[in-house]
Amino acid sequence: MGPLTPGGERADLPDAAASTTAPGEANGSGIDLALPCIHCGLCLDHCPTYRALGRETDSPRGRIYLIRAQAEGRIGLTDNYIKHLDLCLNCRACETACPSGVRFGALMESARERLYRAAPQRYQQGSQGELLLRHLIARPALLRAAFALLRWARPLLLGPARALLSPEQRNFAAMLPPTAGGSFSLRAKPVYRARHERRATVALLTGCVMDVLFDDVHEATVGVLRANGCDVLVPRPQSCCGALHAHAGRGEEARAMARRVIDQLGELACDAVLVNAAGCGAHLKSYGRLLAADAAYAERARAFAAKVRDVSEFLAALELKRPPKAVAARVAYDDPCHLLHGQQISRQPRELLRLIQGVELVDFPEADACCGSAGIYTLAHADLSLQILDRKMAHIAAAAPDIIASGNPGCLLQLRLGVARAGLTCRVVHPITLLAEAYGA
Amino acid sequence: MESASLIQSLEKLLGVEAVTSAADELLVYECDGHTIERALPTAVVFPTTAEQIAEVVRLCHRLRVPFLARGAGTGLSGGALPVEGGVLIEMARMNRVLEIDEVNQVAVVEPGLVNLRLSQAVQGMGLYYAPDPSSQAACTLGGNAAENSGGPHTLKYGVTTNHVLGLEMVLPNGETITCGSRAGRGPGYDLTGLLVGSEGTFGIITKIIVRLTRLPEAYKTLAAVFPSIDAASSTVTEIIGAGIIPAALEMIDHFVLRAVEAYLHLGFPAAAGAVLLIELDGIRDGLDELAERIEAICRQNGSLEVRVAKDDAERALLWKARKEAFGALGRVTRSFYTHDGVIPRTKLPEALRRIYAIVEKHGLGIANVFHAGDGNLHPLVLFDDRKPGDQERALKAGEEILRVCVDLGGSLSGEHGIGLEKREWMPWFFTDQDLELMQRVRSVFNPEGLCNPGKVFPTPGRCVETRPFAKAPNVSA
Repeated sequence: MGPLTPGGERADLPDAAASTTAPGEANGSGIDLALPCIHCGLCLDHCPTYRALGRETDSPRGRIYLIRAQAEGRIGLTDNYIKHLDLCLNCRACETACPSGVRFGALMESARERLYRAAPQRYQQGSQGELLLRHLIARPALLRAAFALLRWARPLLLGPARALLSPEQRNFAAMLPPTAGGSFSLRAKPVYRARHERRATVALLTGCVMDVLFDDVHEATVGVLRANGCDVLVPRPQSCCGALHAHAGRGEEARAMARRVIDQLGELACDAVLVNAAGCGAHLKSYGRLLAADAAYAERARAFAAKVRDVSEFLAALELKRPPKAVAARVAYDDPCHLLHGQQISRQPRELLRLIQGVELVDFPEADACCGSAGIYTLAHADLSLQILDRKMAHIAAAAPDIIASGNPGCLLQLRLGVARAGLTCRVVHPITLLAEAYGA
Repeated sequence: MESASLIQSLEKLLGVEAVTSAADELLVYECDGHTIERALPTAVVFPTTAEQIAEVVRLCHRLRVPFLARGAGTGLSGGALPVEGGVLIEMARMNRVLEIDEVNQVAVVEPGLVNLRLSQAVQGMGLYYAPDPSSQAACTLGGNAAENSGGPHTLKYGVTTNHVLGLEMVLPNGETITCGSRAGRGPGYDLTGLLVGSEGTFGIITKIIVRLTRLPEAYKTLAAVFPSIDAASSTVTEIIGAGIIPAALEMIDHFVLRAVEAYLHLGFPAAAGAVLLIELDGIRDGLDELAERIEAICRQNGSLEVRVAKDDAERALLWKARKEAFGALGRVTRSFYTHDGVIPRTKLPEALRRIYAIVEKHGLGIANVFHAGDGNLHPLVLFDDRKPGDQERALKAGEEILRVCVDLGGSLSGEHGIGLEKREWMPWFFTDQDLELMQRVRSVFNPEGLCNPGKVFPTPGRCVETRPFAKAPNVSA
């Protein structure tokens, strides 16, 4: 197997440790991250909320300005300050656009953490997150039970009971895939052996939402890996990686969850830890930064993060066997933000799709823009989320694809809703699902 | 004027959602791309139609409240700073392409449209919008028209005024006028030419008719590396002296190169003192020969390496390096102050030597990335806003640099405008009579001075705060 060139935490960014540090802040965290911003504005037209609202306060440059003003004591934790931080999708498109290398994602996480600590109940993603993040997503058994119930109720929610639902609940029902309520991790074998000669041993992160909503994607991932000579370990138990918690500013919880994942997966004898959810992958790759101040875990976190790969990143670096079966379809690939902006991975998933005979990749404008899913954003800020989604769907509809492919559970759910809203009939799938079909895996 | 009743009236006109007046939101509008000076508006409005703009202007006119337009806030002379408070009219929501006439190569657009988005919209027809400021991925066409913006390719294609065929504008009394036409210049005075570059002091632009240009058949993009700025400067003079007008001829000095390398990893030699980015475009035939002549001139001047972009991707990367160079400086310096002066091309080596000496005298750093082909300099004075006195020294150095440009027979501004930044220095360049006449022209459009006050002309006593970017004044709220 060839050397891996990881996409990951950006290596080209300014050395955070070389800049000054505000009192009480760890190096490379907090307000320091805002300092390279020179107010050029090149981020503005890349920001989905700025494009939708046209307000500087809802642009990356404006948010940096507010975060800085708050840290310097020019403004307090006002309702407006909270609102504008809350309205950020944290899609990190601005990070890709920024010539100065402002690490906006990390900046927003640390600003939200200060916010969450000071005023958790006034912060929408914080308060709506309370139920979802603390009580549901972090508890696998409960999450499974909840989605098993939804699976049973799904035909009802989409049919006779539809009229009883609020618009938000109807949207949620439209998102639910038929596979909701399954669980791959419950039925998985500890090890799946490679078909043919073994080339690598990898571990699969089963995750939280992915496991109960898209167990078929895990099956497909294992199938494609085995077909290409990988032994796949599926360790149990596994818990949620804490990405959504970190994005919402629930730093303490996020760090505790990261330590748990490192305990669960850190010592495995494998070449790589594979993730098929972009948001989780980007977050796992940031564990080194997340736990940098934790003496007991810092080194382990760095070592673990270095082993993490998105499944497309890993497969594209292998010499893949040509899949035998054709999938005749026009496929629109929509970049998940935390794959493109969080891990700088855009070429690999497209390369994998091009491997499949019969697949015609169709380009459409703003494939690199957020779909409005953004973790729990779609629930916390439904109106703006839908506005952003509809813009995306208009571009996709014009390209007339048969299939929309995207490698992140949130995006898959949101795009399912988008297809329903736009009255389209395309399938919405993870790229690995199409690859598995082509391998007959 | 009671600001509460102003805000109520604005909300009645536009709806509550389209008006911002809270101190903790107005804060982000206190500066544009020119961050050294700051001023807060009383309110910001977000109109979506020209009629709404006219209503806002009529209200301001009636109440004697200052007002001004703001696009993406990328301007570098403080043109969008509400020096006397009042209503800031944000154009971001007026960003539609209203019409594309492919055959006649004309587009009609709203002023909030981002420059690059227009080129993207017509790319499929083999067309583009030629003026390309470095901020073109963010800046708006309304702002471009107001500032008469330039860009790297103005060397061959001219500046914004050469590409604006007509305008619709709301005058400061609320009346709407149109000038020019899609057929270009009409009879009578060339009002379009007068309005482009008026820096938002004649009224609010609500619609723009622009010329579209056919995409060239081919490009040839060269990056020539030189050991010193002097060698690169003489090369520029010789290329133009040889009768070659490239589409663009840009210089990037070693300091900027360091920032850009950290960002894009272009792999230029560490010994590089300066890089010239030279682009030829047009009919494919003959481009290679022209490129060879340029390469020969580069070699005669001691170039270390001449790289020719092998495909569109490499060309795009070289241009990304050039256009995002300002932004990338945040990686290597704490603060910097961007200047914009023009000198006669032949004076380039002398001007640069004198500029470097000025900055050295003040104990500051300097970086240079600029349009060498037309002598439009952008010296960037580097400083640390945390060091007491550093910003004042940077401002002083900037003033001396511009003085050198004017003394060498150049000008105060190539493309960033005078705005707030350079108004006090206008008398270096113009006589009292010149300035008096220009102000009389302004008063024809803007007799009460309510529209973007405090710009372009010297005013006794500055009413904005000049404070370091990172330690800005408190908002009273």
